[in-house]
Amino acid sequence: MALTPFFSPPPSLCSSFRSLRRGLFLPLLQAYPYTTSKGAVPMPETALMALRFEVLGRFNRARAAQLTLPHFVCQTPLFMPVGTQGTIKGLATNQLEDIGCQIILGNTYHLALRPTSELIDELGGLHKFMNWPRALLTDSGGFQMVSLLHLADITEKGVTFQSPVDGKPMLLTPEESIQIQNRIGADIIMALDDVVKTTITGPRIEEAMYRTLRWIDRCIAAHKRPHDQNLFGIVQGGLDPVLRDICVRGLVNRNLPGYAIGGLAGGEDKDSFWRVVAQCTAALPEDKPRYVMGVGYPLDVVVCSALGADMYDCVYPTRTARFGTALVPEGVLKLKNNAMAEDTRPIDSTCACMVCKNYSRAYIHSLVSKDAMGSQLLSYHNLYYMMQLSRNLHSSIVRGKFPEFVCNFLQKMFPKGDVPEWVCNAMEVAEIDISSCRARFRDD
Amino acid sequence: MKFAVKAWSNRTARAGVLHLGNVAAAIDTPSLLISTRKGLPLFIPPDLLSSLPFPDSRLLHVSPIHFFQGLSIKTISKIGGLHQLLGLHDYGFAAFPRDSIQCLPEATSTNKTGASFDNPCGRLLIKPAEYMEMISSMKPELWVTLADEVPAWVSDKRNKTSVDRTIKWLDECIALSPASGAVFGAIVGGSSLEERRRCALEVAMRNVSGYWIGGFGLAESMDVRPALLNAVTEPLPEEKPRLICGLELPEEILQGVAAGVDLFESTYIYHLTLEGFALTFPLDRTQINASNLAPSDVGSDPRKINLRATVFRCVYEDTSLQRPSKKDATPIVEGCTCYTCRNHTRAYINHLLNVHEMLAQILLEIHNTHHFLGFFRLIREAITADRFEEFCKDFVGSRYDHLVEDGSERACL
Repeated sequence: MALTPFFSPPPSLCSSFRSLRRGLFLPLLQAYPYTTSKGAVPMPETALMALRFEVLGRFNRARAAQLTLPHFVCQTPLFMPVGTQGTIKGLATNQLEDIGCQIILGNTYHLALRPTSELIDELGGLHKFMNWPRALLTDSGGFQMVSLLHLADITEKGVTFQSPVDGKPMLLTPEESIQIQNRIGADIIMALDDVVKTTITGPRIEEAMYRTLRWIDRCIAAHKRPHDQNLFGIVQGGLDPVLRDICVRGLVNRNLPGYAIGGLAGGEDKDSFWRVVAQCTAALPEDKPRYVMGVGYPLDVVVCSALGADMYDCVYPTRTARFGTALVPEGVLKLKNNAMAEDTRPIDSTCACMVCKNYSRAYIHSLVSKDAMGSQLLSYHNLYYMMQLSRNLHSSIVRGKFPEFVCNFLQKMFPKGDVPEWVCNAMEVAEIDISSCRARFRDD
Repeated sequence: MKFAVKAWSNRTARAGVLHLGNVAAAIDTPSLLISTRKGLPLFIPPDLLSSLPFPDSRLLHVSPIHFFQGLSIKTISKIGGLHQLLGLHDYGFAAFPRDSIQCLPEATSTNKTGASFDNPCGRLLIKPAEYMEMISSMKPELWVTLADEVPAWVSDKRNKTSVDRTIKWLDECIALSPASGAVFGAIVGGSSLEERRRCALEVAMRNVSGYWIGGFGLAESMDVRPALLNAVTEPLPEEKPRLICGLELPEEILQGVAAGVDLFESTYIYHLTLEGFALTFPLDRTQINASNLAPSDVGSDPRKINLRATVFRCVYEDTSLQRPSKKDATPIVEGCTCYTCRNHTRAYINHLLNVHEMLAQILLEIHNTHHFLGFFRLIREAITADRFEEFCKDFVGSRYDHLVEDGSERACL
């Protein structure tokens, strides 16, 4: 079976991959469709979808699309800010609308603890509870397994947490996670997956990938609202292309409304990161949205978009704001720095947000780490920056100017031309020419 | 700046009109100054500030001390003053050092060279000359001369010194007046009727546009205050505005209005907001009466609600299921037009408080400011209709005795 050249595995994996193909791969193919303890899983009917995904423009692998969800019509690529506990820290809903947020993330784990999904349901769902008129996405609670691992015990049944609120044990099963998310009512809900840190090696990764596939069926069976909530599956498999491939095919076979690439953005090296994204985006269906979870830095968003991803989420923009750091085209600006005390320029002279139009670096410097307003203003700017980046990605692809946009972006961020190797490699696979951004040896 | 008195009630309470160049409409008094930290509210973001009632909410208090640690005079001048610094071009700024939340006068450290203030960065001694430099760079619409405020318990000698010093610094500050901005002369005098009167007479002789009354809210008891306030306002010319800080609660505001004060800076909203309280007393004049506002037997205060209370959320314990009452999904005050009440419910704010989210304070500060401004509107209506005394009796009623007996002003919070 020939592999289409949609990714180039690093040399170290190549030889092992060939042996895998010869040795393990065929038996794995024969093992598929996999069996659960209850016997073979039948191919599912065409799943109900509560979304429409229409590609409006392309550049090689990159695509700009219109994603129609029950509560809002979105444009991709898009970044989703994280409102873990039913609010984006320090920002009001009308400000989020002004900034241009389309989808906001809520976290099942936290909301189930407080104020409980039952209360949210009684009050009409999270949209009504928060008064957010646009789209919402809820995570399954799975990521907390990785981030709170010392409190968690993972078995085939589900995950046991120790509640940080009252110390009582909490069991999160795929069924429970979906039920909670059904009550919360987000436009997109995530399957409970068994997620492992990419820095871990060994059989645990394979175990987690297969368990994720078994759990997706339990999620699908438990999902009571497929007509107005879209269940996304999450591709796991660590950094192993064979495992990733099995997972992708298993999920695609379930004909879900959308797919996420999970288990990344957890400390793995960038070279491994982009390759997994590239492999998955190549294998996932063209006509469904692709969501890279936990991304992140503006540079990562641009690279993943070039490789064909559509949706992203991360706490980074708001969290770094609370530490006094602003996102700017050159990278970051640390407002706590003493040099800012006399700087009367705006944070970013190219930014049209309320903060950059009205306030100087000096003023924000006087606020950060001392007054709540400092965090608020920086969070506002950073989210605006990410929304503007999303808008620019979408419009440049639609207008056929994507390579120019990417070059411009890289030139601002790497004025000396020192674009990181991993970005160059990824852009090569994405077939985007960034030679104009890279430093050259002068002939004369 | 222009000010004129329009109506009187109960001999000394007055309703007036204040014109400030920057504010499009005239501001009716008695009015509340919005408290700020470094020029912006503590929590309300600038793009939601404009959703507050207009033009009531256009007068902001700024403390120069907030800037002494964070922003140099040179930088503020380079930017062009407060309006440019804060992006608030159609607001009026009143500058005076004392911020009753975090910049309180420290009388023991004040000496003949300058006034000392305790603030989060430590203790700061401010001399008249550097104070005026900061005022000149800020360019507020109205500013107050440097004062030596002392608490109620100081010796007579110290109190007398504070008056002498305050007058001396007033003259020094006026001599260094910036080109623009109306100067308000500071009046102190502690708990001594004679010193209060002496200071007021001295300041009244100076060429100032208005008067700032200091030294209150520094541990004097509420029952001695009316006499002290009258000792200050009686000698002052009627046609010039009077501004006071240090009065917090609605009852204390009424004391100030009764004595003829026009502008108020209060920490009431701040304390309510931080403690998770929201104001709920009726703003419809016909609903205000002592029985409506009297505390219940259980001790709850009908004028405000504690949004941290579990009654606003569902509590599920094992098998029992408490259905939320209809109140949970209602706004803080039905019919209130503030951003918070138009958009959010008590249940949501309760949740935000429980999970320690900043949005709780933002929403509460918006509502409480909106509501407290409504209270000032009621005061103005009562004065204009010449029923101020009746209004005070209705509003305070039996609670006044309760407060006075208790002594501590924090009892009702």
